[in-house]
Order: sequence, then C-alpha cells, then structure tokens
Amino acid sequence: MQRALYKYILLLGDNALVLGHRLSELCGHGPSLETDIALTNMSLDYFGQVRNYFQYAAELEGGSEDSIAFLRKERQYVNCLLVEQKNTDFAYIIMRQFLFDHWYLLILESLCSSKDERINAIANKAIKEVKYHHRFSETWVQRLAGGTSESFKRIQDATTFLYPYTQELIVANAIEVEMHEAGIGPDLKDIGQHYYDQIHTVFNKTGLQKPEENFFHKGGKEGIHTEHLGFILAELQYMQRTYPNMQW
Amino acid sequence: MNLSLENLEKQFQDRIDAGDNIEPKDWMPEKYRKTHIRQISQHAHSEIVGMLPEGNWITRAPSLRRKVALLAKVQDEAGHGLYLYSAAETLGISRDELFNQLHTGKAKYSSIFNYPAVTWADMGAIGWLVDGAAIINQVMLTRTSYGPYARAMVRICKEESFHQRQGFEIMLTLSKGTAEQKEMAQDALDRWWWPSLMMFGPTDAASTHTEQSMKWKIKRKTNDELRQQFIDITAPQAEFLGLKIPDPALQWNEERGHYDFGEINWDEFWQVVKGYGPCNKERINARVKAWDEGAWVREAALAYAEKKDSIQKAI
Amino acid sequence: MNNEWPLFEIFIRSKNGLEHRHMGSLHAADAVMAMENARDVYTRRQEGVSIWVVPSSEITASNPENNGELFAPAEDKVYRHPTFYDLPDELKHI
Repeated sequence: MQRALYKYILLLGDNALVLGHRLSELCGHGPSLETDIALTNMSLDYFGQVRNYFQYAAELEGGSEDSIAFLRKERQYVNCLLVEQKNTDFAYIIMRQFLFDHWYLLILESLCSSKDERINAIANKAIKEVKYHHRFSETWVQRLAGGTSESFKRIQDATTFLYPYTQELIVANAIEVEMHEAGIGPDLKDIGQHYYDQIHTVFNKTGLQKPEENFFHKGGKEGIHTEHLGFILAELQYMQRTYPNMQW
Repeated sequence: MNLSLENLEKQFQDRIDAGDNIEPKDWMPEKYRKTHIRQISQHAHSEIVGMLPEGNWITRAPSLRRKVALLAKVQDEAGHGLYLYSAAETLGISRDELFNQLHTGKAKYSSIFNYPAVTWADMGAIGWLVDGAAIINQVMLTRTSYGPYARAMVRICKEESFHQRQGFEIMLTLSKGTAEQKEMAQDALDRWWWPSLMMFGPTDAASTHTEQSMKWKIKRKTNDELRQQFIDITAPQAEFLGLKIPDPALQWNEERGHYDFGEINWDEFWQVVKGYGPCNKERINARVKAWDEGAWVREAALAYAEKKDSIQKAI
Repeated sequence: MNNEWPLFEIFIRSKNGLEHRHMGSLHAADAVMAMENARDVYTRRQEGVSIWVVPSSEITASNPENNGELFAPAEDKVYRHPTFYDLPDELKHI
C-alpha cells in the first residue's frame, strides 16, 4: 500500500515537474513581457507543487525531494506524454496547458477530499493555483481561436497534434485503480466523462475541431516516453549527474 | 509672468534644487526628457536582456530550491523591466518604439550581460556582484528627480533585496563545499569581478553625461564614487567567502578610508560597449526572436478584443 | 498601423480597510487580460486583495499649468487642517 501510494504521488508530481520544466524554458522568451511573467508564474506554481509531492514521497520511501526529482532513470519518470510535448509555438503552449489544466483541476477537486491527509492538504493548496491556470489557458484558447486567421490555424494545428495525448490522462493504470479503491484518488472514468464534456464544449464554442480519427498515444504512465523526455532529463539532471553527492 | 524658455528652464532648475519631483505633465526641458528616455529605457533593456544569462541556467539548476529561487528572480527582472518601460512611457514614447530601439542596436543596455554564464557558480557571482553593483546604483536612483522613475526604483529596490542574498548564498554554499565547488566559485569571481566594476561606467574624467545628470539630480553620485562604494562593500564579503578578488593591487588604504584597486581594462569595456563582447549578437538575436515570434500572438489578442468590443457595442 | 496592446493603469487595495492605490501600468489587449496581467505583475508577493484596471486613455488629468488656480487657493484655508486649532496638550483623544 505504501509503495503504491509512493508511485501514485510520482504520477502526480512528475506531471507538475515536466510541465513546470517546459514552462521554465520560456522564461525570457514570451510573446510579451506580461505573458512572460504569467507563464513563469505557472511554472513556479508547478515547482512548488513538485516540492510538496516529493517531500511527501521521500518521507514514505526514503531519499529527498531532489533525489526523486533529479536522480531517477528515464523509465522511472511517469508523467503523461502530453506535458513533455515541445513549446512548438505559443498555440501549442496554450493548448497543452488547456488540455492539462482541465484534467488537473478535476483531479484536484477530487483529491481535496482524499482520505490521505497529506494529499488532501497538497491538493487544497494547489487547487487555487490551478483554477487560475485553468482560466488563463481557457481565455487564451478563446483569444487565439477568435483572433486572426493565422492564430486560428495555429491553435487548430496544436489541437490536432495534442488531442491524441489526452486519453492517457483518463485511463487508469493499476496504481490509480488501487488508489481509487482505497479512497485516496478519484475514479478516472468519472473524471474522463466530465473532462471531455468540458473541453468539447470549448471546442464547439470556439470552432476548433478535434481530429477525426480516434487514435490516442499512451505509455508515459508506464515510463515509456516520447524522445523529448531524454533531452529534458539531460538538462534537468546535468548538475546532479556531473557533480554527484554535493550540497547546492 | 515671463514664459521665455530661459525663464522656464530657470524655474525648472529651481524646483529641482529645492528637492521637488518632476511629474509627467510638468514642463521640462527637451533634453531632460530625452536624457530620461535614454536612461530609463537603457535600464529597462538591461533588466530584460539580463534575464537571458541567468535564464539559461533555470532548466539546469542543481536543486528544486535553487530552481524556484532563480526562476522567481529572473521573473522579477521581467517585472522590473515592465515597471521601467512604464516609467519611460510617461515621457511620451511607446514600448514598441523602445523595443525597436533595442532590437536595432540604437539603444544600449548594461554591457555586463554580454558576458556568458558558463557554470552554475555564475548564478552565484551574478547575484552577488552584478545585482550588488546594480543595487548601489538603484538605491541612489530612488531619490532621482523624475517621479515615475523614482517610484519604479523604490518598488524595484524593495523587491531586489532577495536577489543579492540569493546569489551570495549560492557562493557561500559553494565556498563551503567540495574542492571542486570552491574552484568553481573562485573561477566565477575571477571572470565576473572586472566586468562588475565596469558596470558603473567610465571614470568621471571620461564620462560625458555626469555633470548635467548631477545637476538635474538624475544621478546623485558620480561613477567613481559608486564604484568605490561597491568595492568597499564587496572586498570584505569576498574575504568572508574565503575567495580571492583577482586584483593584486586591491588593498585597504587607511588614510583614504577606502580600498585602493588596480586599473580597469577600459579597452575591453569599450570593445563590449561597441558590440564585440562574447554574447552581444546572441542576446539581441534572442530578444528579436521572442519579439518576432510573438507578433502573431499580440495581433490575435488585439483582433479578438476588437471583435468582442464591436459585438458589445452592437448590443 | 499601431498594433500595440493598449496601456492600463493598475490600482490595488493591499488589504481591506485601505483604499486602492495606483501601482503602475501595463499593456493588455483587453480588460480581462489586463486583470490577469495585473495579478501576475503587481501581486507576485501577495500585495493585494482587490484590483482595478482602467484604460489609461480614459483618465482625464489636470494640467499642471493650471496648478495655480486649482490648488493654490487651498493654501490659505488652513482651517481645513487639524493643526489650525490650538488645544491644550493634556486633552486626549481629539
């Protein structure tokens, strides 16, 4: 049970870690100063959550927030594939955020009444941040879809590319099933229903089309990633790998 | 009342001498306005370009704690750039135009950011030395005569107090760490020391703007005074870290009550100012790229706002 | 064509019981974005509980050349200031 809980925390924490990393790459490169600051704020929120998750994980199974964040191997990271997708352009950044935020907010709403007190507390703190992200990405999806023909094309391209990464979010793996049965985590079937209702409503309102084929990617939660993750880890882990066992 | 230019200028100078602040809609000599646009925008550009050397280490920070601190710091710099652009805009110039000046090389920014941040210890050295030097300048500027600039500086100084501590703590941890870490810290100090001293600008004798700037209370201390103040503060801190400042001539002078120090390599200073520092082109290219790639986003948001506005008006 | 996002002035109430104070300005495409940006730019350190955003173009400012007629007449109305009234020191709570 404790091992499963640990793994469940990694499922939550790795999403925040990798998405926080992607957003942090943008610091200093945003389309306007104001937007730059907003994206960095989100990145900071995620890293704050990562620390809460991994401190708890370290208490359960040993190690530290940093050893968990920096010293695992490629196959041991269990974030979903969506969050490791590249910052191709601002439309991809916003769509990735939109697709993730809608799911994550539903997850956190449920975790706010988790039987596990610590997860419960972390979720209650994180939910305020994620509600804001949720609003931010949704208004930007509306802006880009309703802006110019170029912005519509770009946000549509991002939708077509990223949508196939959503199903992984709502298909439970063994750990998630176990956590739901223990009253710790949500029922992903239930979440999935709400999730697609919500994002499809926004698509309908904004004229965005989901891809025609119902094909979905998966593997992240089992540690089988896209090629992007290796490069993320090469940067993320650089210092810890080059100078092992030091204090920073 | 005689409103001749001469008279207006005298009244203006009297107000400044009396310690009065100048506000955006007040009459001001054209040169005062221009000088302020130049200085405030230069300052703003420095904040924005200054995000790049540190920004390049965010994804490689060695711990989560260091990562969030660095991220928050670099984000603050974006905020400070924004406050400063806003202050410059009160003088009747748009942010787009200011960016354009930066992107075309018409406007300058602090040369220090044309040096590369090559190791993690550079994050420590930049916070400790570069922010340390900037703070000395900025504290002085909280009392500058132009109201919006002074107010932006008050806010910036309040927020920046953690920046230098952040850097110093990195240096402290490294200098108390392994031999390899200490070496990394010393190497960073060796590379950043002289460029930091150059941040205060040319010597008073060679400075073209100082006299007028002092008269208008844009500056309240000269380059050389500020540089001396920085060295006097920083030398004991290096000693505290157990690191050696790379200047054999650096020595406490009892009689002067100040540290003596060696000759600054002004050839290098001018070379970097003129665009031939290690990273000048890269820094500007990065800014231009972000700006150009953001164009469609800015346009889309504006187009959307206009559409929404016209729909509302139709109702 | 000028396609710069318009300028907004930002006012923030730092805590209930205090008035909104002018904090500075920023650019945004519309008021919704101005509000989001204000939150991100001006309350990074929990500086506020309430935000107003106002398009800068909507502000009418007094002209300093008229400062004489606008403000100088108040100079001799010292009776508006509490120190005009000479009361004994031992008197409290007034």
